[in-house]
Amino acid sequence: MLKLFDDIENPYSQSGMSSVSVHEYAAGMGPRILEENKSHDWEELLLMISEAEDRVAFRHLFNHFAPRIKSFLMKAGADSTMAEECSQEAMATVWKKAKLFDPTRASASTWIFTIARNKRIDALRKIRRPEPDELTWPNEIEPAQEEALELKQQSEVLADAIQNLPEKQRQLVEKAFFKELSHSEIALETGLPLGTIKSRIRLALERLRHAMG
Amino acid sequence: MKNDNKIKHHLSEDLLMRYTNGTLCEAFSLAVATHISMCDDCRAALESYEAVGGALLDVSDPEEMGDDSFESVMALIKNQPTQTTQISERVASDVPSALSDYIGGSLQDIKWRPIGLGVKQSLLKTSGNSTARLLYIPAGTAVPHHSHNGNELTLVLKGAFEDEVARFGPGDVELADEDLDHQPIAVEGEDCICLAVTDAPLKFQTFIHKLVQPFLKI
Repeated sequence: MLKLFDDIENPYSQSGMSSVSVHEYAAGMGPRILEENKSHDWEELLLMISEAEDRVAFRHLFNHFAPRIKSFLMKAGADSTMAEECSQEAMATVWKKAKLFDPTRASASTWIFTIARNKRIDALRKIRRPEPDELTWPNEIEPAQEEALELKQQSEVLADAIQNLPEKQRQLVEKAFFKELSHSEIALETGLPLGTIKSRIRLALERLRHAMG
Repeated sequence: MKNDNKIKHHLSEDLLMRYTNGTLCEAFSLAVATHISMCDDCRAALESYEAVGGALLDVSDPEEMGDDSFESVMALIKNQPTQTTQISERVASDVPSALSDYIGGSLQDIKWRPIGLGVKQSLLKTSGNSTARLLYIPAGTAVPHHSHNGNELTLVLKGAFEDEVARFGPGDVELADEDLDHQPIAVEGEDCICLAVTDAPLKFQTFIHKLVQPFLKI
């Protein structure tokens, strides 16, 4: 894997990104360090891919998201081989569609989630998914930077809030999200009454919304 | 096509969540996408569900990837051209594009089939066991009294109807389950066109309708 970086001179020298340098790779510290490093600016990495087809940036995104997309697909019922394949395809789509990523509309993790979700529909369900009309935005307004920053902060708060949810609520939200289950099916699986499921999920979502201010 | 000032009846959290995570069938997804195109509230709700999905993905436990998987992805990328734009020309329509794709145009292009008492329907082709159909109910006319084996979602596209629950205007969604036994009546003044999606056949109350139900595919 290191050979991939041979043709790239330090891509971060001008970007101001300091969390991980290429030298750390060269020093053999490897992607495991990155895995635990939460300070990555995923949006910035996506823009680097979009603007400069930056492979190092892509490698960082891959290290974080590919194993999680695989895990998402396995929770949705794919076996390990299929989940691996779909996760690779989803990451290839991330690269190919990077130019369509708009940090004022969604955070990187949200955008990548929708790609993984669509891959799940294509691969596991093989159905068509009707999409809402795109909103058309007025051209003259340009508070893009601020919006992007706000969205990014909100999504960090949201991720923290999810990690801080009481275990039971977090499990239910995960089940509702990642498994092919409706609330009433979750009731069957967990043995909890439907009312309890609904109120726990609602409570969890309210906490999350509250956390987002 | 926007009616968001007037929309009072929205999608349920369950529907929004299943549309977000990709587990909703095509027929219900069609209704959800059509409603969201008309309703800013539900669009915002969808976006927050997607943000929750993204955050869950971000904090979930990783599953180890194969040894050469990054190289495989780079090979995939190399073999397929980079996608820059996704804009496709759409035919102008008076309904959201999600729906016009199925109709093949506007409301006036719908090919109706009479199902009695002036009521007409047009079945839309969707995969899976759920059924999506458009219903045309002349002003002042009632859809036969029915209950459901499963869930029914009715989205008003034009005009309005009333039943035992409430009045539903353009963009409004009525969600009915097997406990609801209702008789929607199109309000006077304008014919009503709805998108109706069911995940099990409707149960009509009268003998005649039971007899013809299999032929109508209702």
